[in-house]
Amino acid sequence: MTHASPATASADSVTRYRARRRHQRRLIAGLAVLTLGMCLADIATGPGQYPLQDILAALVAPGDVSQTLRVIVWEIRLPVALMAVLVGVSLASAGAEMQTILNNPLADPFTLGISSAASVGAALAITLGVSVIPLAQPLWVTGNAFLMALGASLFIWGISRLRGVSVQTLVLMGIAVMFFFNAMLGLMQYVASAEALQQLVFWSLGSLGKASWDKVGLIAAALLVTLPVFLHAGWRLTALRLGDMHAKAMGIDVARLRLRMLLCCSLLAAMAVAFVGTVGFVGLVGPHIARLLVGEDQRVFLPVSALSGALIMSLTSILSKTLVPGILLPIGILTALIGLPFFVSLILRSRREVWG
Amino acid sequence: MTLDVERLECRLGGTPVLEGIAGLTARAGEITALIGPNGAGKSTLLKAIAGIERATGSLRLNDHDLMALPFEKRAEHLYYMPQELSSRAVLSVFDVVLLARRTRIREPLEQALEQVRDTLVALELEPLAERELGRLSGGQRQRVAIAQAAIREPALLMLDEPTSALDLHHQLQVLDWLARFAHERQAIVVVALHDLSLAARFAQRMWMLANGRVAASGTPGEVLTHARLREVYAIDAHIEWPADEPPRVTPLTAIRPLGR
Repeated sequence: MTHASPATASADSVTRYRARRRHQRRLIAGLAVLTLGMCLADIATGPGQYPLQDILAALVAPGDVSQTLRVIVWEIRLPVALMAVLVGVSLASAGAEMQTILNNPLADPFTLGISSAASVGAALAITLGVSVIPLAQPLWVTGNAFLMALGASLFIWGISRLRGVSVQTLVLMGIAVMFFFNAMLGLMQYVASAEALQQLVFWSLGSLGKASWDKVGLIAAALLVTLPVFLHAGWRLTALRLGDMHAKAMGIDVARLRLRMLLCCSLLAAMAVAFVGTVGFVGLVGPHIARLLVGEDQRVFLPVSALSGALIMSLTSILSKTLVPGILLPIGILTALIGLPFFVSLILRSRREVWG
Repeated sequence: MTLDVERLECRLGGTPVLEGIAGLTARAGEITALIGPNGAGKSTLLKAIAGIERATGSLRLNDHDLMALPFEKRAEHLYYMPQELSSRAVLSVFDVVLLARRTRIREPLEQALEQVRDTLVALELEPLAERELGRLSGGQRQRVAIAQAAIREPALLMLDEPTSALDLHHQLQVLDWLARFAHERQAIVVVALHDLSLAARFAQRMWMLANGRVAASGTPGEVLTHARLREVYAIDAHIEWPADEPPRVTPLTAIRPLGR
């Protein structure tokens, strides 16, 4: 945590606090600008090479550019770039809150098997045409993904409430959940038709390629619902980091808070999986960066986690298009390659019982 | 203003931990020391009053029937300070004290910041305001927890062994400060303590527990007797009440194993 403060050590505590808050606000603004820049770079990157000013012109005044460029920017690249940002925000926010409520730095929708569960839900709709709850057909994939993600979250939540359950047990349980749902996914792949199989591969590798405006709208709506819930519970979530007993002493209904937050996390994870497939470790790395930069005060921890997640996803989107010229690499593979070293370093840190 | 405890029973995992707790009174402006050996039920009693542990019986804080209030509502009137504050949270001292204020009192932020500063100054914590909890000593963290408790301005403040990790200077400083807090705010302060000399010096009343029951309650002079220390703590002790000095309880020998 960097409590960088331009104020002198002799300044009173309120002055030093205000200086730190100013620094944090500047950091958040800086990350937001960086994310915007990365998003623009993402839009400017693709098989067709266009000068940046043409891309900007297409964004600002679509009527003034060629129809081809307009279609490329507005129908293909912009939804993909926005989806990358929104999925990054969703996964990192969900990861940040899961780490908070489960008191576990290794928790994120991917490591705890929630993304795998959502994938199975999506696969049920694709291969078997099954909807777990009665919904309009276009929502089957999302609805199934949400319910399965919720089921997996509640299972993990139930396990976390048992006496004597350590951080390591919880992560191992998450791996067990992941194995179970991966086996279910394997089974569905085995029985799937060739067309359905192709779509299933999309879930397991993760791709921004099927982004569209309606999907962007849906995931933005999910964020509009969940982020205010997270922000409203900010102080209570920060209190939870002091331990359950301290939070209860402050009159916080810890069990209800955990359940409500898990519900929101499941929704975000399910949306991300339903639209771009399984994307691992963004929910782990985003909060990890935020913790190092600003600590765990939710007023800054959440926005910095979310923006870090957005930056990682935007960067991954650019890399997926540029690493191997002419080939669009699945983003799930790239986030795994970036995220795994973080995961290993966190396991080694938790071995020293940083969180216990 | 008083806290009255009658017929309080509490079971943890089916095992009775508090049985027939009755006749306990704590008054505003005073420190009430809660004493008793390990496992006597001191922490459980404080948690039961706070509503964190489920209990049956009668709890009255002035005109409020605490039993009728869920623990979230009780937290508006009282605060229970647990024994330990986590050292794992990546939060500064200023943040956690501000957090305790913001989860209790709605007021403009500026006002809350001033309150945090005043509380940190009073507890000699201001130089540590920007330090992370994980980089504090156990005693410093304990004082941060006390700052959290105080800044919520509870009518009833219950502290679970608040001096267990403190050096001699800070033990006196914290208990002096609690005495002032009780007097100036006319708050009821109940403190679980192991050091009987400190308890006798600072408390106006004492609750002594043994095996989940009340062994004695009253003034320190009434509660701390040779016979009772033999019975409850299984020790022989030298008890002095000098006229111009603080009382002294010096343990001499353990006379038998201590257990339920």
